[in-house]
Amino acid sequence: MPNLALVDRVGAGVLGLFESVGALASFGARAIVEAFRPPYEVREIARHVYQFGYRSAPLILTAGAAIGVVLSMHTRASLERFGAEAMIPAGLAIALIRETGPLTAGLLVSGRVGSGIGAEIGAMKVTEQIDALEANAVDSFKYLAVTRIIALMIAMPILTLMMDFSGILGGYLAEYAVSGMSWHLYFERAFTYITYSDLIPATLKTVVFGYLIAVAASYLGFAASRGTEGVGEAATRSVVMGSMLIILSDVVLVKLIFFFYPAVSG
Amino acid sequence: MTESNAVRFDHVSKRFGALTVLDDVSFDIPKGSAFCLLGRSGTGKSVTLRHIIGLVQPDSGKVFVEERDITTLSPPALGEARTHMGFLFQNAALFDSMSVGENVAFPMRRHTKLSDADIRTRALKKLADVGLGGDYDKMPGDLSGGMKKRAGLARAMALDPAILLVDEPSAGLDPITAREIDDLLVQTKQAGATLVVVTHNIPSARVIGDDFAVLHEGHLLVHGPVAALDASQEPLVQAFMRSEGGG
Repeated sequence: MPNLALVDRVGAGVLGLFESVGALASFGARAIVEAFRPPYEVREIARHVYQFGYRSAPLILTAGAAIGVVLSMHTRASLERFGAEAMIPAGLAIALIRETGPLTAGLLVSGRVGSGIGAEIGAMKVTEQIDALEANAVDSFKYLAVTRIIALMIAMPILTLMMDFSGILGGYLAEYAVSGMSWHLYFERAFTYITYSDLIPATLKTVVFGYLIAVAASYLGFAASRGTEGVGEAATRSVVMGSMLIILSDVVLVKLIFFFYPAVSG
Repeated sequence: MTESNAVRFDHVSKRFGALTVLDDVSFDIPKGSAFCLLGRSGTGKSVTLRHIIGLVQPDSGKVFVEERDITTLSPPALGEARTHMGFLFQNAALFDSMSVGENVAFPMRRHTKLSDADIRTRALKKLADVGLGGDYDKMPGDLSGGMKKRAGLARAMALDPAILLVDEPSAGLDPITAREIDDLLVQTKQAGATLVVVTHNIPSARVIGDDFAVLHEGHLLVHGPVAALDASQEPLVQAFMRSEGGG
């Protein structure tokens, strides 16, 4: 009965998927509950904010500047056709602040930090360090997962603002190279059409990105097994799952922002 | 359970899939004694230790530690109970993001109100006890296997636990260092701690142990003082007790 075997396999796959999604959701919900319970592990959170934030800054600033240059070139190519070169700074700033900056920062952090969290916790799992934490009367979930989740939720908006800033700076350098536009004029034009409702919701949505990246990576780290192979797998899957969750959640978050800030969709 | 018992296994069974690791195992460990658990590799000795500290839950039966059923404790109560125990893992399980000294200081930072200076002094003392006095600032990755083991033992003893669980203390150590570790464990016992030692090293077990058991296929083949094991007619027990190999 080959058809029944196929149905069995598909059914098992679907059930497995639901099981994984349920376990991940349960893990994320538990993290939220535990975040409000003492001890608050402030030292660990601060250490991770430094690790995730400060150490990601060079990557974010460099990528942001490069994206700003590329966006500026594309924007110029498009707007020149309509004789609207004066709108290049504003167009670039809106694109960066509303979407490109947050999304790109999220994807970069998912690659750099998400893989690191997955690998680090995974390695601790397979070398019994998590058991050692528990044996030392330390709640490993709180100490390893919750601290990293909170830290990344703090670091993400800061990194996003850095990306926005370096992107606009990169855009200015590209524009200056072509048209010799002054710094003052560029920034005046860039921020003419930018309001708080552009900046704040788009930046704050990266708190959700930080949560999703860290939850996925921590979950996969805790689930790691089979030695170094399992650690590598946890790292890789952390990037894939984190990136996918960011992109999918972005659809919902943009819709929510449009709902609560109608001016942004106009 | 009498008050003189530090640990009591009461009809404990544990399976991993189709494999029965512990099958209705019962034994007592009196306070202040050293219990050596022997057996071939993969027979569940480490799993037995993990039951005592609550890292593994039995499928059936109860595990009492200092009169409390460890299998039914709430997470905070289990955490409190664990502060009375120290655990040396088979592979030491040092936290590789911390220096050796910080590994030893970690339990003190978490569970005492000592100043940083006092914690450092005590951690240095614990490291010196295991022959690593000059290695406070080294990272675990810079240590040999034997040194990691000793650092792990120093961390396990950081809070001067009432019950010290030790998984293969002399594995990977040279004979002289192994003997020093044995002496340290004996001193710890003489200071009032209860030791539960998993080992394959019979000479070492003879030095440390008061009470012995051999675990095989989920059951205790024999349990008693060393004389009982020496007199046992079980071929496996005889083979163990006649072996002189370390490790």
